[in-house]
Amino acid sequence: MTKSTDNPVFDPFEEALGVRDVKGRSPWEDAWHRLLKNRAAVYSAFIMALMILLVVFGPMLISWESDFTDWDYTSSPPSLESGHWFGTDAVGRDILVRTLEGGRISLLVGLVATIVSLLIGVSYGATAGYFGGRADRMMMRVVDIIYALPFMFFVILLMVVFGRHIVLIFVAIGAVNWLDMARIVRGQTLSLKNTEFVEAARASGVGDWAIIRRHIIPNLLGVVIVYVTLTIPQIILLESFLSFLGLGVQEPMSSWGALVANGAQDMESSPWTLIVPAAFLTVTLYCFNYIGDGLRDALDPKDRL
Amino acid sequence: MIQDSGMARHSFQRLLGLIPTLLMLITVAFFLIRVAPGGPFDAEKTLPPEIEANLNAKYHLDEPLLQQYFRYLGQVAVLDFGPSFQYKDWTVNELIAQAYPVSLTVGLAAMILAFFLGTLLGIAAALRQNTPVDYSLMGFAMLGISIPNFVIAPILILLLAVYAGWLPAGGWDWSIASMVLPVVTLALPVTAYIARLTRGSMIEVLHSNFIRTARAKGLPESVVIRRHALRPALLPVISFLGPATAGMISGSVVIERIFSIPGLGSYFVQGALNRDYTLVMGVVIFYGVLIIVLNFLVDLIYAWLNPKVRYDEKH
Repeated sequence: MTKSTDNPVFDPFEEALGVRDVKGRSPWEDAWHRLLKNRAAVYSAFIMALMILLVVFGPMLISWESDFTDWDYTSSPPSLESGHWFGTDAVGRDILVRTLEGGRISLLVGLVATIVSLLIGVSYGATAGYFGGRADRMMMRVVDIIYALPFMFFVILLMVVFGRHIVLIFVAIGAVNWLDMARIVRGQTLSLKNTEFVEAARASGVGDWAIIRRHIIPNLLGVVIVYVTLTIPQIILLESFLSFLGLGVQEPMSSWGALVANGAQDMESSPWTLIVPAAFLTVTLYCFNYIGDGLRDALDPKDRL
Repeated sequence: MIQDSGMARHSFQRLLGLIPTLLMLITVAFFLIRVAPGGPFDAEKTLPPEIEANLNAKYHLDEPLLQQYFRYLGQVAVLDFGPSFQYKDWTVNELIAQAYPVSLTVGLAAMILAFFLGTLLGIAAALRQNTPVDYSLMGFAMLGISIPNFVIAPILILLLAVYAGWLPAGGWDWSIASMVLPVVTLALPVTAYIARLTRGSMIEVLHSNFIRTARAKGLPESVVIRRHALRPALLPVISFLGPATAGMISGSVVIERIFSIPGLGSYFVQGALNRDYTLVMGVVIFYGVLIIVLNFLVDLIYAWLNPKVRYDEKH
């Protein structure tokens, strides 16, 4: 490296005006300020934080066990006297504890499967976009082909074929959900790789993989963050969908989808068994979608769709 | 307008490009379901070994897997999906022929509803951008996207069927009343998504120069919107129709189950659980082809609506 970077450049005008003390705002700070102005996103983030705390610590604070069957109060409506604040199901299990524990599974699946799809999608998309040409065409052709398949059906098939183990749910969902990520990342990479700083890195002899790792991927961060926040609710939804069909999480574990399915069966006699888990699920999805929207507006003010 | 030969050539190339997709679809589905533990005759107590051998021989399940695969490809090529393992006296073709009109009716009605309602709401929100009307419409749209349809369906059943008694809670008899709830539930998330999409693109289009020109000419606002803004604003909606169809097909699996509708989705889930290989394959291929063909049509409509897309140059 040259020496000049070590010496601060002396600029008499800046010195005279005293502007050198003014701290510049990085694009990230700009985005942060834009995000804070978005009230829906801020409230959603707050509610989501609350939801996560509730789901993680709530079951410890409630005296009922999720598999305890209270035969004195089967299908009892929400009440303070019985101690079952949100009622019980047909075999007397406390709905609140079950909903909170189900939430752990739902949120965990959302997080882990998103990470799986993130890893596959980003490395695939960045590689295709960076190398371009024939490699890119081949790789994107594969994505197009998989994209055209009715992938919901493949998840169902996967679940049926390999049993209903929870790890498999993560992998199956993550493995079919990376396509969008790969496409978006590829598009961004295509435009990034012709920028001057990448040219400069290449001219100074940095290898391809080092450029991808050190210059391309960090610059994709904005897009990826937005997309991750929008993928988490999709995956939570997908998992609930499978559990609703009886193909996802199995007893004694539970997830919001499984609870909604149980509740839907008993809803005529005890509607709270449906409404409580449904409300938790919907609030979570709602918040994630608003946070994702807010982040997109904040990080990419040009594209406000 | 479709006058250029480039368009025709492009369409033909795209059609040829569908073949590998289709092949991949069949291959993945075939091997996926075959590596599954358990066979189609597991449920029938324990069969005497010679009967099981006979059954396996009848359905060619005793042949090497690769041979079965090529045999199946040959059958599919002449549109014969074989006999169903579960519904003994039926062929898969007959089952599909019986079930698809039901699924198609629900899906088509939901799609039409979602398209018109979604674009209308989106335009209404865009014209009143940043007013309470806009905020509440978009709030509802977000809710529509966030509430899963397997949540909204039982709630609607509870309110409109169980408590109010206006509509049947399930079942299918081709009457309008039995269609209302499934169609509305299936259409809801897509309507919400289309509304958001339309609002966004409409706002963008209304800020463009040609709209300013149209207004400057003194055209009334309604004409500006109908004749100039609508077409470009609908482009993103058109390209969303492909994924929307795929989404609706997935959604219909749950909807058909909740409302006990005898459509393809119900057969698929039942078939998958019972390892009815041929039925599952038949439904996957049927839906796969449908999605592929619809995506192709959507591309053509998009090109027709968008003057910027021309296929005469080589890429």
